[in-house]
Amino acid sequence: MSLTREGIAWCIARDLPEGAYVNLGVGMPVLVASHLDRSRDVFLHSENGILGVGPPPAAGEVDLDLISAGKGFCTLMPGASIFDQQVSFTMMRGRHLTHAVLGGIEVAENGDFANWRVPGEAVPGVGGAMDLAVGARNVYVAMTHVTNKGAPKIVPRCSAPLTARGCVKRVYTDLAVIDVTPAGFALRATAPGVDIDTVRAATGAPLAIGPAYAPLDVPEKAANGAVLRR
Amino acid sequence: MVDKRVADCREAVGRVFDGATIMFGGFGNAGMPARLIDALRERGARDLTLVSNGAGTGPFALGALIGDGRVHKLIASFPAPSAAQFRDRYLKGEIELELVPQGTLVERIRCAGTGLGGFYTPVGAGTELAAGKEVRVIDGREHLFETPLRADFVFLKGHLGDRLGNLMYRGTMRNFNMVMATAGEVVIAEVDRLVEVGGIPPEQVHTPGIFVDHVVEVDRHPKLLEIPKEGV
Repeated sequence: MSLTREGIAWCIARDLPEGAYVNLGVGMPVLVASHLDRSRDVFLHSENGILGVGPPPAAGEVDLDLISAGKGFCTLMPGASIFDQQVSFTMMRGRHLTHAVLGGIEVAENGDFANWRVPGEAVPGVGGAMDLAVGARNVYVAMTHVTNKGAPKIVPRCSAPLTARGCVKRVYTDLAVIDVTPAGFALRATAPGVDIDTVRAATGAPLAIGPAYAPLDVPEKAANGAVLRR
Repeated sequence: MVDKRVADCREAVGRVFDGATIMFGGFGNAGMPARLIDALRERGARDLTLVSNGAGTGPFALGALIGDGRVHKLIASFPAPSAAQFRDRYLKGEIELELVPQGTLVERIRCAGTGLGGFYTPVGAGTELAAGKEVRVIDGREHLFETPLRADFVFLKGHLGDRLGNLMYRGTMRNFNMVMATAGEVVIAEVDRLVEVGGIPPEQVHTPGIFVDHVVEVDRHPKLLEIPKEGV
């Protein structure tokens, strides 16, 4: 058993506290939006200049001038604001966002983070990844626990090009939730049906059992019908 | 009487010269001055340096300008995988890329516009984008020194404009347009609609006319009236 991509996103959505100001990166992180309880005040930031991003528009209700950072059309929540790049990156770099949820290539036990450039990728693009990694107060990484080839992505030291040093607070994977502490990696939770030894075998660095450790309680399906476990 | 209106895009871009550095507002298709870019393609200036968040979103506007082979350098944060025209030329070694984190790109442009000589940022410290940059420790943390970024020409996209050069944006069109407006020798704005002076309420003037040299009213570029697939 392990969590699906939707399952990882569901766990992150549940953990974001009311009052959080959150940027969701491209890929798995944007799935978090569809699992948020919209009756709670969690504010989604989009680096092109929105605080209070709403769900995608219904067909026929697209505003051609209103897009989010993934460059797809979006809507605005009541109370949303729109601003330019200076203000948007002031929110990001200036430690005003409480959370950034980012996709990952590698996370190291000292919190170093690699996510912007796959080794060997010929055409690089960084966007706002470094600004978010440096500036958000809590950087959460959402990724698979190991690569397609089974190699650990949670490692003693990053080998892929760094996005930022010492920035990651927590990692959510298909197998576990792991905190990055001054003493290294600490297991916070295991996915349903996954035991601690399985997580340790898939992790490339020492893994302590954190003080708040508990198995995750995740339903088969989310309220929106997405399958969370497999 | 001050009148910054010009008749068409061809006239608006008429002073662009070979070797010029040009900034383009826009993030994705929102706020992209696509009609001005088309006019620039017709004008045929060569050896251009472009400053933009990305490298276009397809085979039109910025993507087409790069595909024409008129660009020798791109200063950008995110040439997306979908920017095929840039990708082709970059892989052949025909175009140079200066990759800048998005917030650093914004602030370098802001420095030029606001008359500052540069700034120190923690973004990029300890990464491969720190290569060749001055490092200074501030409050125990490494920072990189970044220099101002100025352009010969700036192309903007606004929603409303008037003859004084005042601009108002709608939706997420503001993005890079507001900061770039301050950082060019010649600043040209295409707008969806020209209005009478006073037609934009003073509190809603997002770019004051002092920053803008020319304004031209255009029909929305046909590619920007299409609804692309999600995530383009």
